Amino acid sequence: MSAAFHDRYHAGDSPLHRLDPRVKLATALALILGTVLLPERAWPAYPLLWALIGSLAAIGGLGAWHVARMGGLALPFALAAVTLLFTTPGPPVAQVAGFTVTSAGLARFLAILLKSWLAVQAALLLSMTTHFADLLWALESLHVPGTLVAIIGVMYRYLFTLKEEAERLIRARAARSATAPDQKAGGGVVWRAQVAGGMIGNLFLRSYERSERVYAAMLSRGYDGRLRKLDPPPLTWRAVMLGGVPGGGVDRHPRPGRAVVELTREPPYHRG
Amino acid sequence: MFIPIPAMHIPDGFLNVPVAVVGWALIVVVIGFALRQTRNQLGERQIPLMGILAAFIFAAQMINFPVAGGTSGHLIGGMLAAVLLGPWAAVLVMTSVVAVQALLFQDGGLLVLGFNIFNMGIVSVFVGYAAYDWIRKALNNTRTAQLVGAAVGAWLGVLAAAIAASLELAVSGTSPLEVVLPAMVGVHILIGIGEALITVAAVAFIQQTRPDLTGAAAAVEARGSTWIAVGLVLALVVVLVSPLANPNPDGLERVAEDHGFIEAAEDPPYEVIPDYQAPFIEDEALATIVAGVIGVVIVAAVGWGVSRLSGRSAAHDEPTSAQGP
Amino acid sequence: MSHHTIEVDNLTFRYPDGQLALDGVSLHVAPNEKVALVGPNGSGKSTLLLHLNGVLRAENGAIRIGGLPLNGDNLGQIRAWVGLVFQNPDDQLFSPRVYQDVAFGPLHLGLPEAEVQARVARALAAVGMQDYAGRTSFHLSMGEKKRIALATVLSMDPKILVLDEPSAGLDPRARRNLIALLQSLAQQTMLISTHDMRLAHELCARTVVLDGGRVVAEGPTADILGDAALMERHGLEAPY
Repeated sequence: MSAAFHDRYHAGDSPLHRLDPRVKLATALALILGTVLLPERAWPAYPLLWALIGSLAAIGGLGAWHVARMGGLALPFALAAVTLLFTTPGPPVAQVAGFTVTSAGLARFLAILLKSWLAVQAALLLSMTTHFADLLWALESLHVPGTLVAIIGVMYRYLFTLKEEAERLIRARAARSATAPDQKAGGGVVWRAQVAGGMIGNLFLRSYERSERVYAAMLSRGYDGRLRKLDPPPLTWRAVMLGGVPGGGVDRHPRPGRAVVELTREPPYHRG
Repeated sequence: MFIPIPAMHIPDGFLNVPVAVVGWALIVVVIGFALRQTRNQLGERQIPLMGILAAFIFAAQMINFPVAGGTSGHLIGGMLAAVLLGPWAAVLVMTSVVAVQALLFQDGGLLVLGFNIFNMGIVSVFVGYAAYDWIRKALNNTRTAQLVGAAVGAWLGVLAAAIAASLELAVSGTSPLEVVLPAMVGVHILIGIGEALITVAAVAFIQQTRPDLTGAAAAVEARGSTWIAVGLVLALVVVLVSPLANPNPDGLERVAEDHGFIEAAEDPPYEVIPDYQAPFIEDEALATIVAGVIGVVIVAAVGWGVSRLSGRSAAHDEPTSAQGP
Repeated sequence: MSHHTIEVDNLTFRYPDGQLALDGVSLHVAPNEKVALVGPNGSGKSTLLLHLNGVLRAENGAIRIGGLPLNGDNLGQIRAWVGLVFQNPDDQLFSPRVYQDVAFGPLHLGLPEAEVQARVARALAAVGMQDYAGRTSFHLSMGEKKRIALATVLSMDPKILVLDEPSAGLDPRARRNLIALLQSLAQQTMLISTHDMRLAHELCARTVVLDGGRVVAEGPTADILGDAALMERHGLEAPY
């Protein structure tokens, strides 16, 4: 279960990793928008788009096939669109369980699947090559309110901490979920929901108390409710073209923000 | 294994672009109000409290329980957050949860994030909270009344989110409304029961251990939220009723047949509205959505105005010292 | 007047639920002195520390930091002087990335960006973590987190360090490194709450024993730790 909740970020030093996160975010959104806007039967466009995404994945060192396989993440949702096969009027092409599949329905359904598959890959490219903290300031530069970004920042910081607490609770429940021979184990659904609800209540109280301690830690370092942060580096064409490596020749007056970015980019990220 | 919840995180490709844009327009307005409201209620604690509780909801969604036949239920969380924090804070918490699920785990699309946030973070929270608030007040705000309210609210909230998602999918032409709506509602009547059970159990646990957190505190924050819930429900009903009230239900199909789909591939790429939908239906659906949007915005503005007028005295002053650990 | 003094007089604090946590505590720490604060769980150690930069505010008694009375007017100044390091670094490190946490204090002091960056670099170097600026604190080890938690207050250039259980949860090597690190910080006055009597012995010339919200003993660390009866009475254990 927890496999689905790993940070997808892959450490790396590819041009894609070095690209300014604002540019990456905008590009990913543009790719998704372009995919969704494709006319349904523009069949040649789909492999072309995939070639583009696959090349980007290869440049990012992620492996085009790997990303292509992960692109299927959203496919179970296709269940929601499956009736299009039968309800779209058009020339019949097949019979399935007594229902007639039409060519128009097939085309529309396939187009939705392909668009979803490509769009997920574009989103994967972004999150696999961009540290979430960088994505946050990219969001802010797209005018997402600073307070919301700060809330999501704190959320990201404690996401895995609380996930581990939840996993410890789940393990503790599993360790005591014994079965006895000839006994119906596990109680009724209501009882099981109550157990889970109690665990959630427990986790809430721990989280709430943690928020009070974190608040105290913020206060003790001078927090007064105002958001203060270092400015991100300016977005220059050079940074965009050269993969966002800061510093060096062109800027005679590098902004102070750059040093911080250098500071953040230099150490290789790895899981401790 | 989780119960598949197809309504809850719509991926990219399943909503068309105009619909997705409407979703963004909606949430920009509501999130703006929510940020202001929570700022007034929570002061400096806004960021750490909201952030950590968003992480909590995310972690709590992992705590599942076996239902039957190898499937399991788990929390979605909008109602629980609303009971514990009030609707405005719950909007921000659920917005953060849904946004991180999309950005970090590709659970739900980026372009359609607006409507995913709208369904799970706004519709389910306000519809659920309005029911909760109404029931607990009608039953004298006892602990049992809170639990009954939370149960009904959780169930209605999930259902409302599912209905909203069905409408978005239908308007986008991804699934005919007469198919997607009963399917979604049917599944979510069951999922809603799981949500109700688990929400009630969690609230009951917190009532026993920290009664101060489920008591009167949230009541202050409710101002205006009932109106927003009413507005959301009305908007849902309007959108729901208008396509069904179409005097010629076969019109869509016949027109699609007449037009055929052969020309579709030759359409210029900026042709955003797929060919399969007759222009007048598309316009009408969009028009009703836009009408709904305008209704919600007006209702939200009224609610916000009311809370501004009466809120200044009610907003509790943040003491200079924090609560002890 | 030195900025490095702590003067606590007759401090009384009751939690909102009515529990009396501090019952007339008085405590003076001289400039550059390093004092250990020991006592059983629930004796009021953490509560006392939270008062020293005004996170908690007592109903009775007075606190003066560097001669300045702790009140609403001086709160900002005193928070800049007193660096409070929390017991659990996961509470202290709340930002997505290490450098953001270390920069948090200086940014709220309103320092210019260049100065903030200089301080971040200096503080991380002081705790030997200069390569960790871009890391995510969630992925770090306990020892690394504790060092960075220390850097988050060192970047504010504090006159006084107040540490809550600095060695708790550390493995022996990380604990040894931390003690060496604290020994290297000669500039600051230190008040260290701890259950680690050997740490008290190595770092602090003076020890104060707190129990039931009161100061029950104080004196040279060697004398306190050597008094087996006293230690036993207050739920403590002599290190040797």
